[in-house]
This record gives sequence, C-alpha cells and structure tokens, in this order.
Amino acid sequence: MKANLKYNLTWLGVMVLVFGLIDACEFLGIINAFIENMLVTIGINIILATGLNLIIGFSGQFSLGHAGFMAIGAYATGIMTQNMATPLGFYLSMGVGIVIAMVAALIVGIPTLRLRGDYLAIATMGAAEIIRILINNFKITNGAAGLFNIPPLVTWATVYVLMCLTTIITVNFIHSRSGRAVMAVREDEIAAEAMGINTTRWKLIAFVFGAGTAAIGGSLHAAYIQTIAPGDFNIMASIAILIIVVLGGVGSITGTFVAAIVLGALDTILQNFGTLRMIIYSLALILIMIFKPAGLLGNWEFSFKRFGRTRKEVPTHD
Amino acid sequence: MTSPLLTAQQLVKNFGGLTAVANVSVHFDQNELVGLIGPNGAGKTTLFNLLTGETPVTSGAITLYTDQGVQSLNGKRPAQIAQAGLSRTFQNIRLFKELSVLDNVRIAMTNHYHDGFLASVFRTPKFYRTEAAMTTAARDLLAIFDLTDVADQPAKNLPYGTQRRLEIVRALATKPKLLFLDEPAAGMNPEETADLTRLIRQIQRDFHITIVLIEHDMSLVMNVVERLYVLEHGALLAEGTPADIQQNPDVIRAYLGDEA
Amino acid sequence: MQTFGQQLINGLSLGSIYALLALGYTMVYGIIKLINFAHGDIYMLGAFWGYYVINGLHFNFIFAMLSAMIFCALVGVLIEYFAYRPLRHSPRITALITAIGVSFLLENTMTYFFSANTRNFPQVITTVTYHVLGLHISNIQLLILGTACLLMLLLEIIIKRTKMGKAMRAVSVDPEAAQLVGINLNHTISFTFALGSAMAGAAGVLIGLYYNSIDPLMGMTPGIKAFVAAVIGGIGSVPGASVGGFLIGLLETGVQAVGLSAYKDAVVYVVLIVILLVLPAGIFGKKTKEKV
Repeated sequence: MKANLKYNLTWLGVMVLVFGLIDACEFLGIINAFIENMLVTIGINIILATGLNLIIGFSGQFSLGHAGFMAIGAYATGIMTQNMATPLGFYLSMGVGIVIAMVAALIVGIPTLRLRGDYLAIATMGAAEIIRILINNFKITNGAAGLFNIPPLVTWATVYVLMCLTTIITVNFIHSRSGRAVMAVREDEIAAEAMGINTTRWKLIAFVFGAGTAAIGGSLHAAYIQTIAPGDFNIMASIAILIIVVLGGVGSITGTFVAAIVLGALDTILQNFGTLRMIIYSLALILIMIFKPAGLLGNWEFSFKRFGRTRKEVPTHD
Repeated sequence: MTSPLLTAQQLVKNFGGLTAVANVSVHFDQNELVGLIGPNGAGKTTLFNLLTGETPVTSGAITLYTDQGVQSLNGKRPAQIAQAGLSRTFQNIRLFKELSVLDNVRIAMTNHYHDGFLASVFRTPKFYRTEAAMTTAARDLLAIFDLTDVADQPAKNLPYGTQRRLEIVRALATKPKLLFLDEPAAGMNPEETADLTRLIRQIQRDFHITIVLIEHDMSLVMNVVERLYVLEHGALLAEGTPADIQQNPDVIRAYLGDEA
Repeated sequence: MQTFGQQLINGLSLGSIYALLALGYTMVYGIIKLINFAHGDIYMLGAFWGYYVINGLHFNFIFAMLSAMIFCALVGVLIEYFAYRPLRHSPRITALITAIGVSFLLENTMTYFFSANTRNFPQVITTVTYHVLGLHISNIQLLILGTACLLMLLLEIIIKRTKMGKAMRAVSVDPEAAQLVGINLNHTISFTFALGSAMAGAAGVLIGLYYNSIDPLMGMTPGIKAFVAAVIGGIGSVPGASVGGFLIGLLETGVQAVGLSAYKDAVVYVVLIVILLVLPAGIFGKKTKEKV
C-alpha cells in the first residue's frame, strides 16, 4: 500500500507539473492559438486512442468503429449545449453522450464480438457507418449539414484534466483483476474460458469502456472546435485513431501518448502539405507493419516501478 | 464406496460423417484418480472436450453431483462448466504466454474475488484489500509448487517442463472439484516424468480433488491411477484397475496388434 | 409489375459490378485469408485508366477495358509482392492494417495527383434504350450484364479446367500440402491477385460507363459492399461471390425503389452483421472450427 501511494503520488506530481508548464507557457504567450489547437487535438486524440488501445491492444478485439462512438458524444454535446450553454450543461451532455455510447456499444458488441478478427473489423466498421448514416438523416442532428456555433464551453485545461482522468481510469482498469481477465481473453480465448472466464462478457466490458471514453473525446471535440458534421466521423476518422494506436504500439499506453504527440506535431508541421501528408502517413503505416509491426514501443510500458526491478522481470499487472 | 461426482451417459460426438465418440459412458467419483488411455485418435481429447464444454455433444447426458444438488452440464459453455468446478490443462499447452506466471495464476482466480468496477477504477481500499488477498493466495499456490522464483517471468520464457507445471497450477487455482489433465507428460524426459508423477500424487494428497488423466506414458499412468478407461476408435474398450487392464487381451490387441 | 421488372434490370446491372468486385475479394481471401482492403481502390484505378486512355489515346471501349484489366492485374501483383508477401506469416491483423494502409495510399496518391473532384467518364458508347415487354433496358446495361457474365464464365473455366486454377484451389485448402506436391506458392498467389484485380479493373471501366462519374474515393463504399456480397455468398467460394454480388445489387436497388435511398448503404451493413451472425459461412461456404 505504501509503495503504491508513493508511485501514485509521483504520477500525480508529473501531471500537475505538466499542467503548470503549459499554463505558464499560455500566460507568457509562448503558446499561441495555433499551438494550443495542436495541444488540444493531441489531448483529445490521446483520450480516443487510449480507449481504442484498450479494445484492440488489451482485449485483442479488432474494432474499426471507434468514430461511431465519438460521434455520439459529439452530437450529444452539440445538441444539448444549444439549450444549456453552461459548464454544467456541458458536463451533463458529456454524461448523456457516454451513456448513449455505452448502450450503442452493447447493442453493437453483443452480436459482433463473437466474430473472428478480420470479420469483427468489418462488422464494427459497418456499425459505425450505420451510426453515421443515421446521424446524417435525423432532423435533430441537422442531417448532413451538421451543427455550428456550438457553445465554446471547453478550454485546453478541461481537455488536459479529462485526458489525465481517462488515462488514470484506463490504466487502473488494466492493472486490476478486470484488466487481467481482459488480457487473458486476448492471449488465449479457449484457455480463458477453461479457467472460468466468460470471454463474451469481458470483451463486452472492454468494448463498452472504450466506447465511453470515445464519447468523452467526441464531446470535447464538439465543444472545442464548435462545428461538427457526420462526415467528420467516417471510416477515415476511425482509421486515423487506429494509426495512432498501431504506431505507438498495440498494448502500450505509453506508446499511445508518444504516437499521439508525434503525429499531432507532424500534422501541424505538415499542415500545408495537405494530401501529401496523408500519403506519407499511409506509406509509414505500411512500412511499420512490415518492419516493426509491434509499433514504436511494442508493448513496453513506462513505469516508475521500473527503478528497482531486475532486468528479466516483466511488469506484473498490479 | 465413494460418491459419484461426474457422470457421462451414452455420449456421442459426430463430426460430419466421422464418429469421434461412440456411446461412451463414464463416471468419476469423489477424490478418485482415473486414467484415460488408448491409441492415438481414439477420441480421448474429444471426450475431454465434450465434458468440459469446448465441443458440443451430438447426444448423451453429462451430469455433475455436488453439495448443491444435481446439475446437468449439457449445452453449457466452457466458462460455466469451469465455474461449476471442472478445470483442465491442454494437450498443446495454452498458457497466457505474454503474461507473467503470477498473472496466469491470478487470472484463474478471477471469479473468486470481486472488487467491483468503480472500486478498481478509483482505487478504493476495497480494491487494495481484494487485490492483496488475491495476490497472496496466488503466491501461496506458487510457493507450494516451487514456482516462486519465476513468478514475475513471462510464461513464454519458462522451460517446457515448468510450463506444463504452471498450466496444472493455474488449473488448480480455479479451486476445481475435478481436474482434467490432457497428456501432461507429453515431451518429457524420464526425470521430468518422475517429477510430474510426484506432483500429481501431491495434488491428490493435499487438495482432495478428482483427477482424470489422459496419458500415453504407461509408467506414469499405471503408477498413479486407481482406475482406468481404455478407448479405441471412439468406443469404450475396457474399464478396470491397472492390473486388470494390463492383462486384458482386447487392450493388448488394441495397442500391439494381433499376433500373426 | 413493370416497375418491379425495371428494378430487377437495374439491380442486376449494378449487381454485375458488385459480383466482379466480390470475385476478387473472395479469391484473395480464399487463398491467403486476407480481406484486401485495397481491392476497391484497384477498381477505382481501372476506372481512371479507362478515363485516360479513352480521352487521351482514343481507345475504344474494348481496348479500354482490356488494357484496364491488364493494368490492374499488374498493380495487384505489385501490391501483393511489396506489401502482402512480407507479411505472409504475420498475424492476420497486421496484414489487415497493411491493406488499410495500401488503400489509403492509393486513394491519397490519386487525390494528390488528380484532385478529389469527380470527373465525367467519356461517353465512348452512345446510349441506346431498348423497349422490351414494356421495360427500358439500355445497351450499356446489356453490355455490363453480358461482360460480367462472360468474365465470370472465363474465371470458372480458368479455375476448374486449367493447371493454375487447380493450383489455386489446392493452395486455398492447404498451402503447405500444396507446396509439398510441387506447387509454386508465390506464382499461384500472384496469379490469383492478377485475376482478381483484372476483374476489378473491368468493373471500374463498366461503372464509369454506367454512372458516368469517377473520383479517387469511388472505390471505398462499393468495395465494402462487394465484400459483404462475398461474405453472403460464402467467402472463398467463386459462385458464391457472383450470387452475392447480384443479391446486393438487387437489395440496394430495391431499397432505393421503396424510397429509402438515404439508407441504402446502411441496409447493406445491417445485412452484413445479420449474415455474420446467422449464417457466417455464407450460402456456399464451409464452416471450420479451431481444434482444441
């Protein structure tokens, strides 16, 4: 318990430090609107990619439908804050978004999670498209035109804090009995079942959890960017998050952070290159899959506990 | 007279035109050590798979007798059957390779501890208590079977014999009433097999569970089991004590072929 | 009844395109168990090739289609060689992500060089509408139906009657055993990709004629629908892909006919999910189970 406390406090310290750093930079004008935009995008992408990593990396379910759940969160906020343009209204809308996304994940997951890898990918992609097409055709979502002038109820600080919160919650989940059960499903479904683990239930839990975090990302996106349209949440959007997860290393949260930051920076630097940027990304994706499929970091995880462990040991998930 | 724990009546399994298990009826009683032998392809692993739910039966009844009453295991999925008290190892070792030895064992204990979603995510004292209890229980089990030194190693790094041992320990961690071991001595040299024999005896002595053993290594089987079933071409060929079976002419013929 | 007949014709014409695409998916999946995400983009390349050779080199329809088929076959073989062959023994997920990468690459390269705007496909064949039994059927539709059926027949002959076809079937069942009897795995797989991509190329030219507009992203949605068609027919089954393609074409036309145009894509996805749950092996497929 004591060791855990020291470890947890260290992480808390790091988070507060980084917050203070960014705050100082904002105050001193080092960070302009342009850079702030980049940081917020990185933060939202971290939230989205962490949730997807839980589904793909830790529970081994290849889901290509993340954008659908993000859309639910975004539209919940977009619709509700038009009548409740207050911080409370925002958080309420985010809560609603999370609940709806989780219900949608249950509806999608229960039939599809028993499918094998590549079929599951297509089925989840199809499910996300169904969500997008529905949004595209409903009146309440303003159809294809989307929603504009969503009240700007989110600052970089909100995004930062929520990013820290969702990461903490996800990491805590992974380093617990639940996380281990989910990883057992990834490692060997048949063996997991034989040890009494109801694999469908645990896959669903990871899937629904991931969907919830995607909704958080969507809500933040809507409130910060202030404009959303169904076209923002298409297959390309799901794949963009997948690229972050794969690049960083499927199964490594640290990798997700690194990849989100690297890609976010690259995106901004290469902003003026337009489509050429996408060509570079696709080439990079292919090359990484051929030469280093484990991604930049594999499933290596940064940990303060590392200081004081012998070389050969593997991080036991406690 | 020991009381029955698991019975299977008239089990049949057809894969298309192939009958893998043909009208097999077996029973396993409390605290027994039973062997299941037969030539390759006789249907032994298929029978295991039927009993543990990996493969659905074509026909037949599987019944479990516990303190809570009589329970049919037909049509239940493997996780439910495992929760009812049946555990197993696999012919081709199915450990959670990338996870540590300790994690492999703790995973088997998932259903015996409950910390709750909110507790684990927000790290309440309840979480820490449950986690500590689980870890202590797991480490105790590892200590009994000499796996403490490798507790934090990924399972894939262990030598073959240790991996087999871990798989058995993991199965034990589910607190089963019945333990199915599928060819645990496969690929082992005589020294490792002797260790395994001791291990199985230790489990029977200290854990008071029923053990069912598929094996080809006759020195192991004949030395530890109290009773044997012999399968051939999916059907039950003989049943009896090791001494009976060794004298049984049908069994001899099945293994060695007819004399010219 | 007239409208029904009309919709039937429309549905079958569209279905022919899907069938040609589905054949490529099913053959590739049958042989290396990969959903070739980039397949829809090869179809797009076929359409663009047709566009450029007709406009620039004044090819007629036949030459345009044949050359498109050859071009796409080449592209398919190159993609397999550079992107998929290195991953032949990798987990399927890795290969799938690579396929996604290839698809992205093709789409974005085309967008970069040719802009994302839609272009009008040259009207190399003047449309003539025939009136038969009170129904309208255009020569283009007849051409599509006829060409598709001809190609499918050719494919059937190649697979059933030639040595390479036999090799393809053998590798689909057991790649290792096939190698042991002397089949060259790489040649067979390359050939499969060439065939499938050629079908896609033909489909691209045909759809250019039919709908008149092409753009770099035109391959995505038809690609997915063709995959659904392959799954319905039974992935790995060639007759299944043909049947599946026609079914999806009819379904899509039917949905449009009852006024739910906005949902026509969604319906196809729903069908996919339902089929995967109810009849995962498809109409003509086989079910395999993992040995414990």
